[in-house]
Amino acid sequence: MTAHLISLTRQFAMRPLTTLGAAFLVLVVLSAVFAPLIAPFPPDAIDPVNRLLPPGGAHLMGTDHFGRDTFSRVVYGARLALLIGVGVVSFSLASGVPIGVLSALYPRLGRVLMRMVDVLMSFPSLLLALGLIVILGQGVFNAILAIGLIYLTTTARIVYGVALRLRAEPYVEAARSMGAGTWWVVTRHILPNMISPLMVQASFVFAFAQLGAAALDFLGLGAPPDVPSWGNMLAESRIYITRASWLLLWPGMMIVLTAFSLNLVGDWLRDRMDPRFRDVVRK
Amino acid sequence: MTAPVLSVSDLVVSAGPKFDIVRGVSFDIAPGEILGLVGESGCGKSMTSLAAMGLLPSGIRVSGGSIQLNGTDIIRLAPHQRVQRGCGRMAMVFQEPMTSLNPVLRIGEQIQEAVRVHDRAASPPARARELLDMVRIPDATHQLRAYPHELSGGMRQRVMIAIALACRPAVLIADEPTTALDVTVQRQVLGLIRELCDSLDMGVLFITHDLGVVAQLADRVAVMYAGGLVETGDVVPLFAAPRHPYTAGLMACLPDPNSDDPMLATIPGSAPRPNEIKQGCPFAPRCSRVDDICRRGAVPITFNDSGQAARCHFPLTCEAPE
Amino acid sequence: MFRYVIRRTGAAILTLVAASIVIFGFIHMIPGDPVYVMLGDGATPEQVAALRTRLGLDEPLVLQYLIWAGNALQGDLGQSVFFETPVTQVIADGAETSILLATMTMVWIVGFGIPVGVLAAIRQGRWIDQGLSGLAMLLASVPTFWVGLYLILIFAAGLGWFPSSGFPSIFDEGGLSNLRYLILPSIALAAPNAALILRLTRASMLDVAREDYVRTARAKGIKPYRVVTRHILRNALLAVVSAFGFTFAALISEAVVTETVFALPGVGRTVVQSILRRDYPVIQGVILVIVCLYLVINLLVDLSYRMLDPRVELE
Ligand SMILES: Nc1ncnc2c1ncn2[C@@H]1O[C@H](COP(=O)(O)OP(=O)(O)O)[C@@H](O)[C@H]1O
Ligand SMILES: [Mg+2]
Repeated sequence: MTAHLISLTRQFAMRPLTTLGAAFLVLVVLSAVFAPLIAPFPPDAIDPVNRLLPPGGAHLMGTDHFGRDTFSRVVYGARLALLIGVGVVSFSLASGVPIGVLSALYPRLGRVLMRMVDVLMSFPSLLLALGLIVILGQGVFNAILAIGLIYLTTTARIVYGVALRLRAEPYVEAARSMGAGTWWVVTRHILPNMISPLMVQASFVFAFAQLGAAALDFLGLGAPPDVPSWGNMLAESRIYITRASWLLLWPGMMIVLTAFSLNLVGDWLRDRMDPRFRDVVRK
Repeated sequence: MTAPVLSVSDLVVSAGPKFDIVRGVSFDIAPGEILGLVGESGCGKSMTSLAAMGLLPSGIRVSGGSIQLNGTDIIRLAPHQRVQRGCGRMAMVFQEPMTSLNPVLRIGEQIQEAVRVHDRAASPPARARELLDMVRIPDATHQLRAYPHELSGGMRQRVMIAIALACRPAVLIADEPTTALDVTVQRQVLGLIRELCDSLDMGVLFITHDLGVVAQLADRVAVMYAGGLVETGDVVPLFAAPRHPYTAGLMACLPDPNSDDPMLATIPGSAPRPNEIKQGCPFAPRCSRVDDICRRGAVPITFNDSGQAARCHFPLTCEAPE
Repeated sequence: MFRYVIRRTGAAILTLVAASIVIFGFIHMIPGDPVYVMLGDGATPEQVAALRTRLGLDEPLVLQYLIWAGNALQGDLGQSVFFETPVTQVIADGAETSILLATMTMVWIVGFGIPVGVLAAIRQGRWIDQGLSGLAMLLASVPTFWVGLYLILIFAAGLGWFPSSGFPSIFDEGGLSNLRYLILPSIALAAPNAALILRLTRASMLDVAREDYVRTARAKGIKPYRVVTRHILRNALLAVVSAFGFTFAALISEAVVTETVFALPGVGRTVVQSILRRDYPVIQGVILVIVCLYLVINLLVDLSYRMLDPRVELE
């Protein structure tokens, strides 16, 4: 256990940037969990006297056009970022993994399913998400579904590729020829080997979910306007950028640093991954 | 004896501090002579030849010794630097005919490219056709327009030889050029190399792990083990009476056409990896004639009357110790 | 090759048909009566009935699809509910902006992404490579609209070098100099995609540099510069070319956002506004055209990739 920890520490030391990224992600999680304790003001406390205050004094990051404390909103924004990330990753895995595995196991079904995935992939990703928003309506949950649909396709493709390769492995073939049931092959051979490619995919999906959600918020088609999400904060700051450029800075930095950290961690996971699957899991 | 065209002495190639892949290799090649360099795979043959060409991969460097081509020191110079300084010419044919040619360029372009570098006077297309004739590729005009994937392995290796000859080399290095080919094609390519060596008066360093090929082709032999040479000599006496126990062991592994015994001998144990080599003779752990002295200090080179050199305390013509 | 073209084109057409069914079905998946949604609460029953008939919503579903698809094939994508003009007209109005924006963005992507990727690869491991690779990953993590807002803040509002929004046609007063309206948007749009192409170019250059034939080229005595341009770059670009279909898709997605940031009268902003206006025929029409374009571009990329690589010629 200690040896494991030591080797992990050494790996981190060799990638200082990745370590910083991981630390930042921990910070995001902490501020999401302890938001009420960290934030000095309620995120929606309006204070018309103190509108558009520059950073400093009681307002660490200044205030917005309603006089709401930017720092508090940034802290609460971590909650939404986490919700979106976890939601999109869960949805894309929960739908993409079964589709990919089933397609690999049953080639005829696979041809149909993968064809459908191809069709979905022929839509530029944001248009696909926008189309779903039109059908479902605006909202946090619907944004998760819409972005999740984009990554359903890529996840299913990757899982399909990895599962096909695993199915052709000699030991899996041998198990099958000796009469091992499909369920047994899936749970014993395919899923356990899938964990590391899926972790890589999950971290990239988590990163891009942040960018996708921010774009939807910005277009006014994501989280409802009163929700303190980083994307909404940017959208609201838009008309004040010349007067209050700090409003643009903080939420934007949070989105960038979160996505960048997740990409660093994803790269690190990919470099550690079984080289057999490296060409399947590509951005 | 004519002056050697290529002279390598005490060459050391390292992949890092205290990590020597080639440890003090020396040999000479005369014009028109084929030196066969044999040894098990992983013993450092390719690294020796790449060092001589100035083509070592990044992370691996020459850390000692000298390499002279026609008397000028060319060590640590990459091929294009050798061209710039007007040093003598050397060319190389690699082991993998499938991957050694650029897949998106026509054969003709790849040959002409070499002609342009080395032979300013020649007309590249005419010279390319001439080179294909030299390596016995029929229908040259047509083949020059072909892409590598349209040719067989044997043909591609002939193209590689043509590219090598484009620079009119004084020395040709061939690193296991026939290992990837099947037997009949292998024989044709070997014949071609012998013929070109004689007609162009080139020195050839022919690398292989196959003693049988060396016996057919080479004039002289150098046997390599764990990064160092263990025995050198003219081909006929060396095959008749190997002096180093390792050479003898290798020969015992060859199928004997006069024997009915289908079982092949093997040398017990395996060769040490570059970082496992300790003091003394690297073959000591596997040698049947080993004695205490073999495990200590450097092993001297001894010669017999026919000039056959062996790095061994107890060469085979002497009595074995009790 | 010919048979491949036929097969590949057939597959693209099949995908297009399937995609068109999805696009058509989309209006029927909207909960409630789309006609009411489109017209709002104040609509009279006559207006509703008229729109229903105009959209053909009273016919059986299969027939509706066939009529819609048939019309689309003849270049008729229906009427915009908001503008009351043909959808094709609405698309044509935005086309100039979007095409010029995409072209300019491609110029940045190819002009910066590839050379800088090559530079990073030949300086592999040095500080310049580490800096550029880190920057590329950072850029790939930045929302385009955020880059856009900062560009406006600095270069339009602050320094006043470029206009901050809008785009008058290059056929109007100002002519080609109107292109300056597209400089900031195209830079914002190019940033993440150029970063992607940079990373891809660098990675495939390094892959190719390890190939045996590169060693053969060096053995010939060719100068390192020529080895890079003639042997490494040429083969590495094959992989980069094959990524351009994907880049185009990413570009369209992000153009929707960028056109909104810079208030450009392009097709992307039309989509967003049509969603907010619930102008479903326009949404359907635009998406159909974009998917069609995307499939054609993917087809062309695929075919040119095969043309550039002689190895697949025989298949
Ligand atoms: N990049 C490298 N770093 C460290 N050691 C290497 C590297 N490449 C090859 N080697 C080692 O160098 C030794 C000699 O390799 P090589 O010359 O290719 O052998 P041969 O051609 O005789 O089969 C091998 O033991 C191999 O493990
Ligand atoms: Mg070798």
